[in-house]
Amino acid sequence: MSKSFLEVDGLSKVYPDGQGGDLTVFEDIRFSLEKGEFVCIIGHSGCGKSTILNVLAGLDEATEGNLVMNGKEVKGPSLERGVVFQNYSLFPWKSALKNITFAVQARWPSWSKEQVREHSERYLKMVGLDHAMHRKPSQLSGGMRQRVSIARAFATQPELLLLDEPFGALDALTRGVIQDELVKIWEETRQTVFMITHDVDEAILLSDRIFLMSNGPNARIAESVSVDMPHPRARATIFQNPSYHKVRDYLVDFLVNRSSTALPEKDGTPKVISPAGGDSAPTPDDDSQSASPAHAVNA
Amino acid sequence: MASLNVRAAVVSITFLILVLGMWEMSAQAPEAETAMTEYERLMGGADQESRVPPPSKVIALAWEELSNPFYDAGANDKGIGIQLAYSIYRVLTGYLAAMAIALPVGFLIGMSPLMYKALNPYIQVLRPISPLAWMPLALFIIQDSDASAIFVIFICSIWPMLLNTAFGVANVREDWINVARTHELGPLRTALTVILPAAAPTILTGMRISIGIAWLVIVAAEMLVGGTGIGYYVWNEWNNLDLASVIFSILMIGVVGMVLDLILGRAQRLVEYKE
Repeated sequence: MSKSFLEVDGLSKVYPDGQGGDLTVFEDIRFSLEKGEFVCIIGHSGCGKSTILNVLAGLDEATEGNLVMNGKEVKGPSLERGVVFQNYSLFPWKSALKNITFAVQARWPSWSKEQVREHSERYLKMVGLDHAMHRKPSQLSGGMRQRVSIARAFATQPELLLLDEPFGALDALTRGVIQDELVKIWEETRQTVFMITHDVDEAILLSDRIFLMSNGPNARIAESVSVDMPHPRARATIFQNPSYHKVRDYLVDFLVNRSSTALPEKDGTPKVISPAGGDSAPTPDDDSQSASPAHAVNA
Repeated sequence: MASLNVRAAVVSITFLILVLGMWEMSAQAPEAETAMTEYERLMGGADQESRVPPPSKVIALAWEELSNPFYDAGANDKGIGIQLAYSIYRVLTGYLAAMAIALPVGFLIGMSPLMYKALNPYIQVLRPISPLAWMPLALFIIQDSDASAIFVIFICSIWPMLLNTAFGVANVREDWINVARTHELGPLRTALTVILPAAAPTILTGMRISIGIAWLVIVAAEMLVGGTGIGYYVWNEWNNLDLASVIFSILMIGVVGMVLDLILGRAQRLVEYKE
């Protein structure tokens, strides 16, 4: 048994297909995440990405398989695993700030009101929304709402952050701006992030590794692509890096030509690929710094 | 061009004057064409036909009643304020009792599909029963006319609140529940901090419907149980053939009903949210 931060072992999900039979959406999903890593997962619709994420969050149950985080089995939802949902999921009756203090309060029930407020405001500031903190979600644009949602998730400093296509509902320009925000906030906090996306460029900009899923039913995580480019990356300059095009070409080729036939290694783990030719060890460059989730509290 | 509000007010008032004017004219007794006989004079006038009193008479009576609304001159002669107070007291007591049951039970039904399925048949059978149909049973069991009237209010206002609460709670967005779950909120805190505010607009709609129905029903209930209250007052004045008082109390029922609805409308606006 290895000692990765998160171990996912043989996950599968079976639904009744409505005609008396079973439909296996995905099966034998195996991967591990290291502390401080940013990992994206890409795959065509219907391969069960969201279900995998919900299982990681504890909101859904896998039919089979084990999930171990920090040596403990994952059961049910927990504050150690924060989620950013695609449709923001802010409480519309609370202001932006109150949406965050709600989460911070739940995370640290012993904190004083001032402490909760100060901490929440700091994270709102990080996403550039300190000017709009008293507005209700209905008075915010989609992009602003998602920033509040991201601030809420980061503010609770979970061990693992799960982002379910957080920018899927945003227009391209807004999406770029918030990607930059996410890069910035991630550089500051170095949270471990597991994110679903459909956007190849987004995945390359953000991730240390990219998981490629084959098509469902019976989808697998077939390959794990290392993105060997130094952090921090900038949206405006990343395409000048020669590795960028190699990774991008590889991903697009997989999604267009190979996603229906690709298979993982014989032992079920994803094939480790390094299109840019770097060595395949997918450790982020400053792992040590990220290992203390409490450092941001004291800052 | 005057604002819409001003124009609407002008039309409203014109309409009122027109209707009152027509009413006033039609309610005048016709001039007797021939001199009254001795007998007719002794009988109090030539007109044998009883008429609806004209608005001028109703307004005069209203002025008189409203300038001293709380006088109490024995069982059959109390001020309109006292009668309305009795009715409002009964409505609020029955309504609050219904609320105390409907909100928790509605929550339970809304949150538990099992309880929903188990209790739904009873609700569907009990709900369409006219609240007044309960009156004899209530009188027999409770043996107190005042408490029976309150019970009738209770039984009629419970259903909209119960069903709206259950509906509101059952339809809270899954995402919000998931947010509560990922933040490790216990069932009670989830109910109070997420489900309650999320379902509050629907619940308040139910409460608003209920108070309307309760106010409709109290008049009929008090006509049956008698003694006090605006319903009894209307019936008593009918027995006295004092139609001006009947018309006046009808108007007062409308005004109080409107005020109750306005209060709940305000409360509804307080808990509303835009998605």
